[in-house]
Amino acid sequence: MVFYLVKRLLTMIPLLIGITIICFVVIHLAPGSPTDLQTELSPHASVEAKERLMALYDLDKPVHVQYLLWIKKLATLDLGHSFSSDGRLVVDKIAERLPITILINVLSMILIIAVAVPLGVISAVRRDSLFDKATTIFVFVGFAIPTFWLALLLMILFGVNLGWLPISGIRSLNYEYFPVWHQYVDLVKHLVLPVLLSAFGGLAGFSRYMRANMLEVIRQDYITTARAKGLSERVVIYKHALRNALLPVITILGLSVPGLIGGSVIFETIFAIPGMGQLFYLSVMSRDYPVVMGILFIGAVLTLMGNLLADVSYAAADPRIRVSS
Amino acid sequence: MKTDFWYRFFRNRLAVIGGIVVVSLFAVSLLASWIAPYDPNEINIDRVLESPSSEHLLGTDQLGRDVLSRMIWGSRISLKVGFVATGIAILVGAVLGAVAGYYGRWVDSVIMRFVDVMLCFPSFFLILAVIALLEPSIWNIMIVIGLTGWMGITRLVRADFISLRERDFVQAARVIGAGDARIIFRHILPNAMASVLVAATLGVAGAILTESALSFLGIGVQPPTPSWGNILTAGKDNIDIAWWLSLYPGLAILITVLGYNLLGEGIRDSLDPRLRE
Repeated sequence: MVFYLVKRLLTMIPLLIGITIICFVVIHLAPGSPTDLQTELSPHASVEAKERLMALYDLDKPVHVQYLLWIKKLATLDLGHSFSSDGRLVVDKIAERLPITILINVLSMILIIAVAVPLGVISAVRRDSLFDKATTIFVFVGFAIPTFWLALLLMILFGVNLGWLPISGIRSLNYEYFPVWHQYVDLVKHLVLPVLLSAFGGLAGFSRYMRANMLEVIRQDYITTARAKGLSERVVIYKHALRNALLPVITILGLSVPGLIGGSVIFETIFAIPGMGQLFYLSVMSRDYPVVMGILFIGAVLTLMGNLLADVSYAAADPRIRVSS
Repeated sequence: MKTDFWYRFFRNRLAVIGGIVVVSLFAVSLLASWIAPYDPNEINIDRVLESPSSEHLLGTDQLGRDVLSRMIWGSRISLKVGFVATGIAILVGAVLGAVAGYYGRWVDSVIMRFVDVMLCFPSFFLILAVIALLEPSIWNIMIVIGLTGWMGITRLVRADFISLRERDFVQAARVIGAGDARIIFRHILPNAMASVLVAATLGVAGAILTESALSFLGIGVQPPTPSWGNILTAGKDNIDIAWWLSLYPGLAILITVLGYNLLGEGIRDSLDPRLRE
């Protein structure tokens, strides 16, 4: 296991270098240098501000030196200062917004598993039943539906027409005057729609995948053996088959991390949730390059971490992986 | 072989429905200037945010423009973005996949590590970051969506090439003196086109969804050019008074994407019935 872990960590090094190169290339995509754009956008930008930017990206030096210096800064998490009027450290700005984004993503992942696994298993076990067909239709619609549109419709239904749920922010205006338990209820109410919607996209793919997995496992010899030795169908399905069908799911969970993080831009913008996605959107709109680059980099690193976590838990759960590698 | 394909395709009801949706969309966008009842950009301040009526079948928007006409013209954007973005993704993906699978060894490792790195980026983040640096225009969007969507195709084509490159017909081509480029593009690639075609059909659906999300956020197709995504932005701004601005464009996206997905899956099943679960 230790050997596997070390090997797996080593494979991350080239990927991490690749990520930094792509980020670096993206920074230099801007026509002219980033400083030109900065001064163009804010005519007040002083010579001093321009020099600060030159220093941040070392634009006066040759490209390879620029890259190495940038890496050196990255290593100490020095992502520079935001272009916005507060001029705060990019790291601080991201750090304060990360928890709510991670909270929503973790909650939607739990929701995805809790709904998609039973959905997939039941439609596999009762293949071609009415339930299976209904699930298939749900999956196709789920793949095709623009989730931001679904968000709008649910906002109209639950927020505007029924008035059950709040449609923006994570707290009510008079939040501070609520008793503690009421504050929790308030937070939960604000999170229901965002979590539901960010889970929705993954739900379709995941239940489809679960169904295919389960169908594959049920065909295996050891399932026939389990049946032949007289185990009840319950035990065969929920103990012998399900365990094996769940294994590859770990990998898929890891792979779904970038989709969830990317989706947070849309949901946080629609529901005005002060998370990393909304910060990214606002920074893109105001061309706050240091923040955009910082979030791009951190988003990729988070994905890398998600994949690592998935691979390691897979290896922990399945001895075949550890031994054969 | 070909007749088998069409036989299986036409027996698959869902695939035929998908095909009909896609063909009708082509027709609508080609005939936009004839079938749209109004000029999509004609502003009418007296008729702002009118609900659907016999005059304006799908109502009017915040500037009094006819929503149906804007949606008909918007279908052109979706079609254009879907095809150009997917075309770019296929070009990049197929060439890289072919080279990786054919040459193997270090060429393969370099290309596949590049694919792994690209897959680490949440694609929506990468697209937004690039659009933030460039100008949000329809061409930039198509290019960026294409350049962030080729990785899956590379993997497919590479896998096909690895299984095909040692086959007898490739050896035969080599023996009669065909060069690498000829073997790759004339002999092996045509045999790998089936999986590419399926991935492309599904890719068009994905590109249409991405474009609509970008336009919805105001970073995609810029007004006044009508696109389904930016009509939805108006829907969000008038969420409590004009439900029709939110409902219909989204429905159009849903049906379009569903159509491409059904068509793609139908083509896959018809090409190789064994692939069917």
